[in-house]
Amino acid sequence: MPEVAAARKIRLKVNGVAHEALVEPRTTLADFLRGGLALTGTHVGCEHGVCGACAVLVDGTAVRSCLMLAVQADGAELMTVEGLAESDGKLHPIQEAFVEEHGLQCGFCTPGFLIAIYELLESDPSPSEEAIRDVLGGQMCRCTGYQSILRAVHSAAAKLGAARSASATPGA
Amino acid sequence: MKPAPFEYVAPTTVEEAVSSLSGCDGEAKLLAGGQSLMPLLNMRLARPDLVVDLGRVAALDYIRESDGRLAIGAMTSKRSVERSGLVASRQPLLHAATVLVAHPQIRNRGTVGGSMAQADPAAEYPAMAVALDAELRVVGPDGERSINAEDFFVTYLTTALQPAEVLTEIRVPVLAPGSGWAFTEVARRHGDFAMAGAAVTVTLDAGGHCADAKIVLFGVGPVPVRPRGAEQAVNGERPGEDLYRQAGRKASEEIDEPLSDVHASAEYRRHLAGVMVRRGLAEAVARAAAARGDA
Ligand SMILES: Cc1cc2nc3c(=O)[nH]c(=O)nc-3n(C[C@H](O)[C@H](O)[C@H](O)COP(=O)(O)OP(=O)(O)OC[C@H]3O[C@@H](n4cnc5c(N)ncnc54)[C@H](O)[C@@H]3O)c2cc1C
Ligand code: FES
Ligand code: FES
Repeated sequence: MPEVAAARKIRLKVNGVAHEALVEPRTTLADFLRGGLALTGTHVGCEHGVCGACAVLVDGTAVRSCLMLAVQADGAELMTVEGLAESDGKLHPIQEAFVEEHGLQCGFCTPGFLIAIYELLESDPSPSEEAIRDVLGGQMCRCTGYQSILRAVHSAAAKLGAARSASATPGA
Repeated sequence: MKPAPFEYVAPTTVEEAVSSLSGCDGEAKLLAGGQSLMPLLNMRLARPDLVVDLGRVAALDYIRESDGRLAIGAMTSKRSVERSGLVASRQPLLHAATVLVAHPQIRNRGTVGGSMAQADPAAEYPAMAVALDAELRVVGPDGERSINAEDFFVTYLTTALQPAEVLTEIRVPVLAPGSGWAFTEVARRHGDFAMAGAAVTVTLDAGGHCADAKIVLFGVGPVPVRPRGAEQAVNGERPGEDLYRQAGRKASEEIDEPLSDVHASAEYRRHLAGVMVRRGLAEAVARAAAARGDA
């Protein structure tokens, strides 16, 4: 086994910002985001794919960043939980829905849920109950019991739908 | 929890991947979607010298239909299979098996080839492949060969792949007209690995009797298991709840001692095997009857 493997140069975009960095091949994407880019919103719970706390979007799809190497993200566009709110701090409708519906208690799982739900609502603006449960089943929460998160997804879908139809109405 | 150091290459062709594997002095590991390998690396249960990432081999990501078969590239994600209209319409059993694998977030990266090569005894894809009599295409230093699904799975987490071989494609026949199918499992939570499950295909002959019954159980043995006695008990018989029950009993009696672990005891898995056969047959016969009605 190599003592250390030579670091690689990677280029990627995270939340719209271009980065170039040297990483060891064994560095997971989660550790690179947290340690290399100081984006500590991405949480690390289990580090073996079970809890979903580390979810980020890679080229639009929600993935476990603990199950990806940073070198595999070379050339990719990423979004982490830090990319959800607007630059003036205004929360994303999914985040607002979490606040209103009490979708979080300790908040450890929340970044992962927000990313997974973001992907779901981007690809399916009015998902069935079954589709929502399929996605939430891949995220673990030890506090809420999930029902408030389920309500937050429905509420976020309605908010996003209303925003879409408002912007689609001429003169509105 | 961090992987031990390894060298890393990301070839863009299968040939380069094969030569990286065969040129490695120590242990080399292919990385596909990482949904099984990365946990093993993070926990240092796997400590390869070299990781050969197939993620940039774009030519292994496709779903095509030709000559009555679907050909699927090894690096096609399960999410692509799940979303494929071609798969849903031409081989619905494959679609049904796919949506039972883990969660969407795992299916986004987990690949078709990775699930075959991982050969987890409780996984859906190996059972699907045996049920559909899939053919697996493999490329190695000596060229290409093909392996039948039934010969591919050797034992727990072990396949017929040689160390420098890359699985490139899996081919499954499209659903035959008039044929019924089912894919059923019991897991503690939706998305978890199954405690036991079954893939079933069956047709009904002109007189309405069961024919060509094929039953493949998973989660109950080191590889997908075919309870041939149960299959024989069904063929030539008139379908009905009694027959399904009898086949289920037979299946649960004829299988070898299943695995016993924290998820389920051997005894419970044996019981579940019978239940899965009964439910699977009922569903598959109902579909076969509907298909006959359509014809
Ligand atoms: C939380 C969680 C839940 C899961 N639940 C399920 C479940 O319910 N059912 C289920 O079936 N699976 C489940 N999985 C496993 C998942 O489906 C994996 O995606 C799959 O087992 C491996 O596919 P991969 O592409 O990720 O392969 P990798 O993890 O990248 O590789 C797995 C193995 O296959 C080898 N390999 C990969 N591709 C090739 C190839 N083309 N040729 C030769 N060798 C190759 C690798 O060297 C490695 O040994 C789960 C995983 C997680 C993290
Ligand atoms: S930390 Fe990645 S899934 Fe738990
Ligand atoms: S809010 Fe605490 S784990 Fe989900």
